[in-house]
Amino acid sequence: MPNISRDEVAHLAKLARLAVTEEELDVFAGQLDQILDAVAAVGEVAKDDIPPTSHAVPLTNVFRADEVRPGLTQQQALAGAPAAEEGRFRVPRILGEEQ
Amino acid sequence: MTDLTRLPAAELAAKIHAREVTAVEVTQAHLDRIAEVDGLVHAFLHVDAEGALATARAVDADLAEGREPASALAGVPLALKDVLTTKDMPTTCGSRTLENWVPPYDATVTRRLRRAGVVILGKTNMDEFAMGSSTENSAFGPTRNPWDPERIPGGSGGGSSASLAAFEAPLAIGTDTGGSIRQPGAVTGTVGVKPTYGGVSRYGLVAFSSSLDQAGPCARTVLDAALLHEVIAGHDPLDSTSIDAPVPPVVAAAREGASGDLSGVRVGYVREFAGEHYQRGVLGSFERALGQLREQGAEVVEVSCPNFAYALPAYYLIAPSECSSNLARFDAMRYGLRVADDGEHSAEEVMSASREAGFGPEVKRRIMLGTYALSSGYYDAYYGSAQKVRTLISRDFAAAFERVDVLVSPTTPTTAFRIGERVDDPLAMYYADLCTIPANLAGNAAMSVPSGLSDDDGLPVGLQIMAPALADERLYRVGAAYETVRGPLLDRVPELKGVSV
Amino acid sequence: MTAVAELMDYAEVVERFDPVLGLEVHVELSTRTKMFCGCANLFGGKPNTHVCPTCLGLPGALPVMNGRAVESAIRIGLALNCEIAEWCRFARKNYFYPDMPKNFQTSQYDEPIAFDGHLDVVLDDGEVVRVGIERAHMEEDTGKSLHVGGATGRIHGAEHSLLDYNRAGVPLIEIVTKPITGTGERAPEVARAYVTALRDLLRAMDVSDVRMDQGSLRCDANVSLMRKGASEFGTRTETKNVNSLRSVERAVRYEMTRQAAVLAGGGTVKQETRHFQEADGTTSSGRTKETAEDYRYFPEPDLVPVAPSREWVEQLRATLPELPWERRKRIQQEWNLTDEELRDLINTGAADLVAATVDAGAEPGEARSWWVQYLTQQANAREVELADLPITPAQVARVIELVKSGELTNKLAREVVQGVLAGEGGPDEVVDRRGLKVVSDDSALLAAVDEALAAQPDVAEKIRGGKVQAAGAIVGAVMKATKGQADAKRVRELILERVGG
Repeated sequence: MPNISRDEVAHLAKLARLAVTEEELDVFAGQLDQILDAVAAVGEVAKDDIPPTSHAVPLTNVFRADEVRPGLTQQQALAGAPAAEEGRFRVPRILGEEQ
Repeated sequence: MTDLTRLPAAELAAKIHAREVTAVEVTQAHLDRIAEVDGLVHAFLHVDAEGALATARAVDADLAEGREPASALAGVPLALKDVLTTKDMPTTCGSRTLENWVPPYDATVTRRLRRAGVVILGKTNMDEFAMGSSTENSAFGPTRNPWDPERIPGGSGGGSSASLAAFEAPLAIGTDTGGSIRQPGAVTGTVGVKPTYGGVSRYGLVAFSSSLDQAGPCARTVLDAALLHEVIAGHDPLDSTSIDAPVPPVVAAAREGASGDLSGVRVGYVREFAGEHYQRGVLGSFERALGQLREQGAEVVEVSCPNFAYALPAYYLIAPSECSSNLARFDAMRYGLRVADDGEHSAEEVMSASREAGFGPEVKRRIMLGTYALSSGYYDAYYGSAQKVRTLISRDFAAAFERVDVLVSPTTPTTAFRIGERVDDPLAMYYADLCTIPANLAGNAAMSVPSGLSDDDGLPVGLQIMAPALADERLYRVGAAYETVRGPLLDRVPELKGVSV
Repeated sequence: MTAVAELMDYAEVVERFDPVLGLEVHVELSTRTKMFCGCANLFGGKPNTHVCPTCLGLPGALPVMNGRAVESAIRIGLALNCEIAEWCRFARKNYFYPDMPKNFQTSQYDEPIAFDGHLDVVLDDGEVVRVGIERAHMEEDTGKSLHVGGATGRIHGAEHSLLDYNRAGVPLIEIVTKPITGTGERAPEVARAYVTALRDLLRAMDVSDVRMDQGSLRCDANVSLMRKGASEFGTRTETKNVNSLRSVERAVRYEMTRQAAVLAGGGTVKQETRHFQEADGTTSSGRTKETAEDYRYFPEPDLVPVAPSREWVEQLRATLPELPWERRKRIQQEWNLTDEELRDLINTGAADLVAATVDAGAEPGEARSWWVQYLTQQANAREVELADLPITPAQVARVIELVKSGELTNKLAREVVQGVLAGEGGPDEVVDRRGLKVVSDDSALLAAVDEALAAQPDVAEKIRGGKVQAAGAIVGAVMKATKGQADAKRVRELILERVGG
């Protein structure tokens, strides 16, 4: 089934927000193709009647009491920020719309 | 005088607590050793001599005032994998994107170590974001295997294991998503344990693949690993997947196992773990291990886990999928490397450029692989199917554990390969995790314990022991018994002194 | 600027087309803490002061569900006559946006906690429309961005943006209707009535502040048209930024006339997000996305499934308060209102507020008079819904109580209400701060009376001469001197006592 094209890799890079280079596109296209070819084997045994497992431990209903816990100060929150202004994280202009 | 760096953690602790030596002396001895050999080994990304000595002084002061030690390991030095957050040291995950990032909080594991009076020497090197089997994917250069500096120390936790084999630390913490504790343990001749998923809190463990990641102890002896296991394990309300149950009696099991007697223990070896990808010397060592277990009284039988053949493909879908989402937060907005912020580029462009500059090739490869596997139209064929394989693997384990108490296999198909040998061949690299992955997919407990040197290249081989979830103590019973009879291995590691890069 | 859209006359629209609505309402829960961490859930505040590693998306941090939020979600589902899932999970909705710290939203995808319900909505003339509820699911809110530079302070043309994550992680419930069909020309009215009913319901349940102006209740309106007699739905648009009940109605109506004109002109409606412009009541096209979004949903591995037992669900059902429509039935009987009187009360939005005020201890006539007269004037003056006035029924009841006990005059009471509306605190606080207590101390009043009589000896003389009505001037002077805080009746008595005495 796989056979992933260079264009598809470019689309994936865009979805994943990776400004990959032209050379990388070539390399990744080949490698992803090879890997996908190998991992497609899961389809051989993944029959309809087998339930998927999303969690390794069978826990349910793990809740926290609705009680305030101390968090970070503004200074701590911003300590690692590449840029900050007026107590906020400063980021370049945003092109996309809010969702 | 005894070389303090050669002693197991349990003995160091006994001497410190009996005030025969001070924690400061022990810590200083290890700091000196790091200064001496880490230029070659490169196990550490960051050494916090001042912080370590301060902790050691506090332990000594407590003991001097007649107080009980905070834990069985109070005063013993440890090397912490750089994927667990520390508020007084950088946490880089071996990535350019987090270079110099100092988290504002401690991981639960870090907190428990501090509370136990364990002396944290520094942070160890690793494959970037724990993705790799050789530590060559670190943005800060590879770690070398103390058995042969031309070879890899395993990965992703190569720094932690190498620090043990190089006598830079008696204890270390690793994390294991597909074998990153056990495989480095095997190729460096050290002990590594992946506890049951949920046994050790993941809070503050920078996530690679959330449903698989598990932190665990690394040590030179099974008993030391058990002592460390007890310090870091236990329920944590900050981790929803943390198991709210008592910690399995791992220390008692290790002490019991030290008698060497395995009468009544049923051991299964997995038929499917053999074949073309396995090195002859590794299989030979495994055969000898089975023979030894029989001699120790264990009943050894063959079991079949037919779906284990699909574990590797399932893992290389699940782990990249989860990683593509987990690593999305590294977007240069709130922390981490930011490039191209020149007033011209938009937030979106800065994100893409920063991620491109901050991540290495393996991380990018897996992010794209995961992005693909989760895409609409491909989800069922890839991620969805991989989750079904997960169910099948759990069923194989359940059926096997009906018949036996533990399963054993070689930890890795080969001994340590040469640095650079597999960097251009991702698939070949992935085979290093062939035997370790099933336990991650099912959430089971598993250990690697040294099983001697391979006949064909003289390098360490590991024996993997697997136990059902929540039965971690079985690993320690069997591991300690096996270790007792097999005898020490690390006294054969070549002397590193005087070697320079 | 885009060209002004062609619109079709509304009468013609409903003659030629059938509208289909779908309403998505997001409600911020008023829990003490956020959805997945212990940070305070507070509106406003200094930026980035209600944040922690989890809601900032720091590497390594993990979410833990707020049990209270889950309870609220189940209660909302029950109040909307939904089925409650026996087992459901959270998923990750993956997309990059700077206001979302992890670059995925933790939300429910194909396993909502509540599904398949309905809400009966009463229109102005008493007609009841049953709106089907598709689902109600839990998710988390995003942070807030401030756009700096550029002419409008909006995202377009901004030079950079500033991010505050106090709101990130606040619990949200998204309530989605089934397609609402067959409402014809009343579609805009139905939309408004639905959101109103939902708001009243959630307020009665005390699970949210439901303030549309502050964003704690947000509505996205999906509108499409199909030609009369057709059976397939047309292409829909999703209108966002609808910030008041009135806007809901206007936005739906506008979209109907716009889409009808497009279709009548032989064009096709583009599936897109549109933004409602409060100023002129129009909608405008959002910028089209370069690529179709692919959210790559997958089950959230860091949270375990929610499996509410039937016992728990029934316990929660028992906690549901008297629902607004039940309460209305009851107050109609208790207050002897005609259908029309009740409807007027409902149409001004006062019914539930009056009832709640009565529940808080006020006499029904007083409660009605405050809400229908004075507070309705205040709401109109501020151009907000009555319910959105920043005063609670309990506070109104307190004011009524203070008047009844003689501690406030009616005039002072209005001043107290003004203070509450201005955000100066509750009634008692305003009384204290503004010093608005009735002066009931006779000695203080006598001093003022004596002063006033001395200042106007001629008037005093007139009163003495039997012209009692002349006392009014002295009363006025005393009231002025006491800043209106005296009880005029008592002042009059004292004047007559003094002069006559």
